[in-house]
Order: sequence, then structure tokens, then C-alpha cells
Amino acid sequence: MTNSFADFMKAKMILVIGSNMTEAHPVAASFVKDAAIGGAKLIVVDPRRTDLVDFAEMHVQIQVGSDVALINGIIYVLISEDLYDKQYVESCTVGFEEIKQKAMEYPPERAAEIAGVSADQIRDLARRLASTKPAMLMYTLGITEHICGVNNVMSCANLQMLLGNVGFECGGVNPLRGQNNVQGACDMGALPNVFPGYQKVDNADARAKFEKAWNVKSLPDKHGMMMPTMLENLPKGRIKAFYVFGENLANTEPDIRHVEHCLESAEFLVCQDIFPTETTRFAHVILPAAAWSENDGTFTSSERRVNRVRTASQAPGQAKPNWLIFKEIARRMGQEWTSGSAQEIWDNEVSVLAPSLGGVKYRRIEQDGLQWPAPNEEHCGTPTLHKDGKFTCGLGVFKAIDWIPPAEVPDKEYPFVLSTGRRLYHYHTRTQTGRSEGMNELLGEETADISPIDARIMGIADGEMISVKSRRGKVQVKARVTRQVPKGLVWMAFHFREACANWLTNPVYDPITQTAEYKACAVRIEKV
Amino acid sequence: MSDTFILNGRETPFTPGQMILDAARGGGVEIPTLCYLKGAAPTGACRVCCVEVKGARSLVASCSTPVTAGMEVCTETEIVHRSRKMIVELMLASGRHNCLMCEANGNCRLQDLAYFYKITQLQFPQKDEKDIYPTEDQNPFIVRDFSRCILCGRCVQACNEVMVNRAISQGYRGGASKVVTGGDSPYNESECVFCGHCVEVCPVGALTEKKAKGLGRPWETQKIRTTCPYCGVGCQQWLHVKDGKIVKVTGVEEAQPNLGRLCVKGRFAYDFIYSADRLKTPLIREKSGDFREASWDEALDLVASKFKEIIQKDGPDAIAGVSCARSINEDSYQMQKLFRAVIGTNNIDHCART
Repeated sequence: MTNSFADFMKAKMILVIGSNMTEAHPVAASFVKDAAIGGAKLIVVDPRRTDLVDFAEMHVQIQVGSDVALINGIIYVLISEDLYDKQYVESCTVGFEEIKQKAMEYPPERAAEIAGVSADQIRDLARRLASTKPAMLMYTLGITEHICGVNNVMSCANLQMLLGNVGFECGGVNPLRGQNNVQGACDMGALPNVFPGYQKVDNADARAKFEKAWNVKSLPDKHGMMMPTMLENLPKGRIKAFYVFGENLANTEPDIRHVEHCLESAEFLVCQDIFPTETTRFAHVILPAAAWSENDGTFTSSERRVNRVRTASQAPGQAKPNWLIFKEIARRMGQEWTSGSAQEIWDNEVSVLAPSLGGVKYRRIEQDGLQWPAPNEEHCGTPTLHKDGKFTCGLGVFKAIDWIPPAEVPDKEYPFVLSTGRRLYHYHTRTQTGRSEGMNELLGEETADISPIDARIMGIADGEMISVKSRRGKVQVKARVTRQVPKGLVWMAFHFREACANWLTNPVYDPITQTAEYKACAVRIEKV
Repeated sequence: MSDTFILNGRETPFTPGQMILDAARGGGVEIPTLCYLKGAAPTGACRVCCVEVKGARSLVASCSTPVTAGMEVCTETEIVHRSRKMIVELMLASGRHNCLMCEANGNCRLQDLAYFYKITQLQFPQKDEKDIYPTEDQNPFIVRDFSRCILCGRCVQACNEVMVNRAISQGYRGGASKVVTGGDSPYNESECVFCGHCVEVCPVGALTEKKAKGLGRPWETQKIRTTCPYCGVGCQQWLHVKDGKIVKVTGVEEAQPNLGRLCVKGRFAYDFIYSADRLKTPLIREKSGDFREASWDEALDLVASKFKEIIQKDGPDAIAGVSCARSINEDSYQMQKLFRAVIGTNNIDHCART
């Protein structure tokens, strides 16, 4: 997030796009609702009528995967009606002419046709957004989980820069991270192209710095593989050994049947986890790990805040902290690492090597943590990035973006769109919530959410078993008839193995990030 | 012109619009409260915060009376004390406030006030058993014991004004008053989403955590601050720990970013760590396909030797790994270091995209 959660409650205008916050980020949503009942203007863009819509002055119910068209349409109105922030665009950004040219291909009538809303609503939306400054934009996986995920994100940035909203309290572009430490895992360099602190592996100076710190002769300079490519290369034999730490890929990745085939073909699969999962079934070695409250450490939240995690209980049996397991393997492969605790790893390695974390030390984050960048120990952290429109990289860059449809769209054989996500009472593949007493009582099985109109047309009653079939697979699941879902859409989650949406989802990816298109594929539903 | 008022005989500054309670706290004078909930509109429901204002016809509720310039306020007079004491006595008579059997013993504002005002016996007849609504605990997480409810309304405000889930409200009238869900249905059949903020703010034992029942008194537990393991908001939690076991989770008040708020997962889904399913020992798969228990040495030697063999035969890029976006930073750092510095490949990733 460019901004902070503390801004949510104070914001005057909020645009929520592709985020079912009340279920996936309930505490963040409470601040948005606080703002709304205190008079802030809230606009929700979502194919579903999510609970947040109750608090919104406008719900723009777009078609799944039409975000770029909608935003280009808004940009068309902002430019043609002279509603954008000219001064900001001139002094803080580059590339305006390119997006102007591109946006002119998306008059509201065309954008409306793609997005399935009215042209007047797009005009209205653009004018409202321009009426209050700054406006705060929040998004979640509804934006990223498309083959055009990167383009969707850039479109959000285009819009916010055009409105002059990036770099101010209660403004900015704010992705809510789905997992407690996705931000941190990225910051730590658990990515195939960067070292900790986003220092590029193909930069010789960066390599030299880490070679010295880690006391090795050379470090690899080529980008590694992203996870989907790793999986693809297992059956091809190009990846022989696969090390899966705390992930249940056999349920979380699209097209489960194919994923299991990949996992099965690993010559050597190591799983390090706290529970046996659908993925550990394929392992050759399983290493038992300490869990959340069983070790000291840090998580980094969506707002770039490094928070402490503390030991409250003992790990069961012989389970060990993960960092120690990695250290032990390194020793067996000939390297002695000196850091002997999470604090030593952080204070003596991470914060020394990652410039934006230089000022973050354990003794400074005993209470509320620090938001990076905090480059030195006098720095109090950074609640708002790109302050006053002064972008970290110089000028904010507009990118002209074209709309493309999802990879698989409904047709005669598969006439419904399937979109997927998370529900309030469970988390991912339920390895944790499914084993926490009481959660299964509140939500005990998966459902396929369908609209009352489709239910009536097909004669499906609420709670009736139906089959949902895609080109990849088929599940039997209870129908849940709900006004949340518009006609033509089926909505499911991936919490339960039996009717997991990922038996059906499409393994197609954004070309840059390799994020899968979990939000759109084509399915057929039938009574059983 | 700076605004001041007279607080217990001393000139004290205030900001226009400020209530007596807040201005007094700003001036270092503590006034007891029960229904007052920071961040919500003051209701003046319980009257425990009453003070004497010169010229006023009666005592006023300090939480909901704005200060005016020159106002003379006394917070500790004889009549104020007598009045507060009687309010507490009336509350004690309103239900079954028997601390020994109450989950909130040691964490109860009513108990604190009864002690502070030296109340040793009940002055009023207790509410008849048959007039008390039965306890509602059909759901897995929240127990609402109406016999301990003082109708302060904090839970209603927490639900409607703080978390804005709008699941509960004040229902019925007079002696039949009761905090209700829509249609007065059980919680698990209502709009309630079990964030538990009502439990968090309940000043008495009317709302308690079902899973924590009997597991530890406040003076037996240690509070350890940590960060929630679920979504990316990073809510700050207190883990209430007794004998090395987490018995309850609450929000850290005033902490960024959550200001004491949690959701159903953060507050109630902590006990997975005690599941019997936990992996407790390294396992190695045998030729038959079954797993057998192994020592750490055997398992780690196998991993290291297999990795070395593959590096030798197929090169380091034939090994790939995914780190965990749920685990601590230090774990991800170590894993990428293992892959880059020891194995010699950049084939390290995690589920950054989902």
C-alpha cells in the first residue's frame, strides 16, 4: 500500500475495486465503514453486490474482467471534461499523451458495453471521483487475479495519478494483502529476480554486496523460475527437486488435477509444514515446523509495517523453527551461518542488507512496529509513499493500456462465468481455520453461489446439490441462491477439498507476474 | 483567548466541544465510567460518571455534557460519591452478580466500582430469577449471560458504531429491556459475524469467550503481544497465556493498525496450533509409499545429500523452492539465502500473487 490503514477512517472519498473487504480483511473494512457512516463517499466497483455496497453511494456492478475498460472510460471522461489534476500531471508524471490517446479509444459508450454498466454511470462515477480530493483507492485480488492483472494494477495507478491522488494522506493506491506476510516474503527476496530489499540479482554490484555478506564466491545472475513455471517443469524433468515450505499447492493452484500430476512427477519433493496437507502426500521427506506462536520473529503487513511476532507456546514434539531447519541444511551442505536467532538474522543481516529496512531493529519495534522505508535508526518510518507526488523513481509513469477479455469466456457449452475467492469463516485451504474449534460450525461446506434469476430459470432451489463443470474438472456442491451474485455468474471459494473451486479454475497466467486467472473461467451448472 | 473551566477548584484548559470527562482526564482527574466507549457517541446511559456542576439542577453525566468556559465542576463531592455508590448498588441488584462463578472475575468494572465504593451488602432486592432471560450460547464463540448484563449499551455501540456490523441493538422496554439480534434470534442465526468486539468491550461478565471458559483467571495469565497470523492487515493481539498455553486472544487497544479490533479468525481461530494433527517428527517416504518416522539427522542428511547429488548431476537450476507467505520474515530470508548462496539458484519464489 502506498498509504496506511490509519488513513481509512479519515478518508473523504474511497474507491474500492475488486475487494470483498468485509470477508477477507474485516478489520480494514470496519475502518472503511466508519468513514462511510461518518460521511465519506464510498464507491464500490465489483461484479458482486458485496456487503460493503450497503454503505456505498454507488455500486458499479461490472462484468468480471472488464476493469481496464471501465477505468479507461473514466479516464476518457476526466480528460474530455477537463476534470483531472493538470498541475499534478504536469509536475509529477510522464506519459500523459499516451494514456490520453489510449483513453480516447474508450468513450463511455464503448467502456459501458464491455463493462456491462451504463455510459451515464461511468460519467457519474468519473465526476464523483473528481469532486473530492484526495480520493483513496483500495483493491485486492479482484484486480490482480487475471491474465491482465498487471494491466489492471497499472490502470488503478493511472487513474489515481490523473486525479492527483498519489502521495497524500488518505489517497494513493492500496492493495490489501491477502496473507499476513506476503509483503514480508517479497521484501525478503523470496522472489526469483531480487535479493532482500528488491536488489536485482542481475545487477553485478548487488551480487557483489551479497557475495561478501554471505561469504560466497559467486551468486547466480539469471532470473529464476516463478512458481507456475517450477510446477510445469517438474513433469518435464527440468526441475528434479522441489522444496515446498508452508504451501498447500495441491489445493491452492488452478486445475488441481494437473497440479497433482506435476507434484507427483517430482524426483525429490521436500515439504516443510505444520500439518499434513494434500501436498505433503506427494513428499519424499516431510519436515515438521514450529508455527506462528511458537517462535519469535516479524511479519510485514500490507502497510509495510514490520511487526513483532512473539513466542507464547512450545512447538509440539520435535518440530523446529523454520529458519533453523534452513540453517541446518546449509551446514550439511558446507556453510556455517552465524546468526542463531530470528533477532540476530534480522538485526545483523536483513536490516543491514536491505537499505529500506536499515532503521528497523528489534528494539525499535517492540510496540507498533515501523513502516518501511526507514533507512536509518533515526527514521520514524514512512506512512505515505511518494510524498506530495514526488515519486521514489522520479516521475510517476502513465502506461497506455488496452482491455483484453479473460482467457476463457462463456460460450454455448459453458455458459456461466466462475469467479472465486475467500469467505469470512475460513482461510485458504482451511489447514488452520479447519482445525480451530468452532469455525467449521459456522461454515462447514463449500457452496456454489448463484443468482436468484438463474436459480429460477434452472429450477434450482437454495441448498440443492448441483454440479459445476469446467473444461478442467467437475464438482458436486450445494447451490447457495443469493442476491450478492448477478445473473450469469457462479461464485465459489477454495476452502474445502471436496468442492474446491480449483478443480475448475483455468491455469492461465499474467505474462509478467504469473498470477493465475482465478477470477474468471467458463463453467456449466446442472441439477443432479 | 484560551478556554478554561474550573475543575475541582483549579483552572483547567479545554477544547470547545470537549465533554467534561475528556477535559477532566486531560487535566489529570480520573472519573469512573461504565458505558463510555471511546470512539462512539457518548450516551450517558449508566450515570456512573456523574459530577456536580455549579448552577445545574442535578448531577450531570460527564461523558455527555460539553464543557463551557468558566464552568465549575466538582468530581469528588459527597453527593457525587453517594450517587455513584447508589448507581452501583442498583446495578448489583439488577441480576446475579456473583463474582466467584463469573468468568469476568478480576476483569470487571462493576466489581472494581463495588470495591472502590466499599459496598459490602445489597441495598435493594435482587431481580427475580424468573425475570432474567436465559443465557444465549448456541454459537461456538460467544456466551451472553443476561443475568450479568447491566444494559450499559457498550456492546451495541461496538457493533454499530465501531465494527459497523449492525447485528445487535437494544430491544424491548423498561424491565424487559434486553440486547437483541434482529428478530431476537440466536447469534448463529443472526447477522452477527463473530468479530467478538462486543465481548472485548463488555465491562462486566455478560459477554465472555466460550472457548476461554474455566481456562484461567486474569491474574493467572500472562499477556504476550503478537501479530495476527491471518490476513495482511497485521492486527495486534494480546495472547493470554497460562502455563504455556494460549487460553484467549484479545485486541491491543490503541495499537496501530487495528485500535483493539479483531475479526472472527484473529480472535477465535488460534487453537489450530494445539491440533492433534500437528507434524511432530520428520517423516520419510518408503518405497511402499508409506511414511515412516525419522530422526532430524537422518531427514536433513537425506535432503542435503539429495540436493548435492542433483546439483552435481543436473546443476543447481534443477532445484526449485517456494517459501511461505504465512511464516515470519526471518524464515523467508533464510530460505532464499539457502537457495542462492548454498544451492546456487534463483529458483526461489512464494505465492506472492494469491
